[in-house]
Amino acid sequence: MNKSPNWRETIITAVIRTCGYSAVVFVILIFFFLLREGVPALAEVKLGDLLTTRWYPIENHFGILPLLTGSLVVTLGAMLIAIPFGIGTAVFLAEIAPRWLREILKPLVELLGGLPSVVLGFLGILLLSPFLRVFLNLPTGLTALAGALLLGGIAVPTTVSIAEDALDSVPQSYREGALALGATKWQTIWRVTLPAARSGVLTALMLGIGRTIGETMAVMMVTGNAPVMADKLTSILSPVRTMTATIAAEMGEVANGSTHYHVLFFIGLVLFLISLVVNILASTVIFRSRKRAERVLS
Amino acid sequence: MVNLALAWAERYQSGHPDISISVTGGGSGTGIASLVNGTVDVANASRAMTADEMKQAEANGITPVEFTVARDAIAVVVNPQNPVRRLTLQQISDIYSGKINNWSEVGGDPRPIVRLSRETNSGTHVYFLQMVIRLGDSKNTTLFSTDTLLLPSSEGIINEVRQNPNAIGYDGLGYIPPDLMGSLIAVGKDASGPYVIPSIATVNDNSYPVARDLYMYTAGEPVGAIKEYMAWILSAEAQTIVANLGFVPVKP
Repeated sequence: MNKSPNWRETIITAVIRTCGYSAVVFVILIFFFLLREGVPALAEVKLGDLLTTRWYPIENHFGILPLLTGSLVVTLGAMLIAIPFGIGTAVFLAEIAPRWLREILKPLVELLGGLPSVVLGFLGILLLSPFLRVFLNLPTGLTALAGALLLGGIAVPTTVSIAEDALDSVPQSYREGALALGATKWQTIWRVTLPAARSGVLTALMLGIGRTIGETMAVMMVTGNAPVMADKLTSILSPVRTMTATIAAEMGEVANGSTHYHVLFFIGLVLFLISLVVNILASTVIFRSRKRAERVLS
Repeated sequence: MVNLALAWAERYQSGHPDISISVTGGGSGTGIASLVNGTVDVANASRAMTADEMKQAEANGITPVEFTVARDAIAVVVNPQNPVRRLTLQQISDIYSGKINNWSEVGGDPRPIVRLSRETNSGTHVYFLQMVIRLGDSKNTTLFSTDTLLLPSSEGIINEVRQNPNAIGYDGLGYIPPDLMGSLIAVGKDASGPYVIPSIATVNDNSYPVARDLYMYTAGEPVGAIKEYMAWILSAEAQTIVANLGFVPVKP
């Protein structure tokens, strides 16, 4: 009678532990697989050739710089859109909107997050890119800007949903304390509520940005995929080719084990390292801000 | 040529309910790679297999057998608002390699040229590079201008040409929709002409300069169901489908 719950507990603990470890194991396995398939690229193509500006793999031009800059331009553009819109919407929902409005708006925003990116890509091709071409008088609307706008749109729902939860979990007493000290509503939000929810809000931004770096389909449909170096401010208004779109467009065609195949995996490795660095940076920031908060409280 | 492969498979299966054919797209490179890796019975390709690919197939114990199943013309198309309707092969080459950047240089309005191309895994892309941009000269190493938009689908190209007056695109004649048939470019071998608009007639009499054969490859001499299917592909019924889709039937 006494034995059986313990026995059950052991199994449950083991299962949960396996789940926890497996996440780490999978990431490590994926990393080693990427290393195994991607590192030979360095032996087959000189590093100097990889760092050139011409990407045309079927003729052995393997310069990945245009792809790298293309991804950066689109991601930065998306962040510039997603951060203010995401935080603004979250603040509105959590702090300003009346309860009934929030009950309607939040599920709607989350529904937006569930839209498949292919569908957004179609909207991008049929509505957004023609609009951008006419509105900004560009040669073509299939540009980094179109990609950034779509990706921003994709990142906003994730950001809003998580950031709103974080703001909502800030104890009511913080706001009451701030208001009692004579702070205005805006001062309360900006100086008290947002800083208190900082780690949650940062997590929200990281997850949103994570979606934009990895997003492929919508980007492939609207950025024009021209491997042009994005090295000027105006590059946002010209077509770009991102790393994800390159892998998606070309992986199906390559022969297993060819140089092109290894270079595509090398690009995958670069993407993996970028998101790793971004994640590590974000968690250090969160960790540091938490320590500071603890110091203030003690 | 995925349209064609799908239409064939559909028609054949409706007459042969016991046979199941599944068709996957992705470009000639994808199809040939699948044949080489042994994952498909038949590969459709809009270009011939390269010597390298043949060697890889042999290394995997597969002997590809080639069938010419239809002909195709690559049509160059512009937006209906663009007044340009004729270009020489050299001019098209110069446009795509980045030497000509404004429509006014080829007799059009002063507008920037936006070049559209299929992705590099498309047989159409490789064929266009060799036959048009490099003018069929194997020593020529001209490349696409880097700002050429590489679109993953025919729909992407058609859609951009349809709505963007700056655009020039190319694709198989079978993919050009009726509303853009009026703005096909008549292609001339040189400035003295003749400039020929692509059509079934001009491809068959060899007067249109940018036409090619379409292939199917089987893994080894076909036997059984695949043999019957390949025989049917070359029959009158299957070749009517070829014509209906805007491709050109092979002569018997």
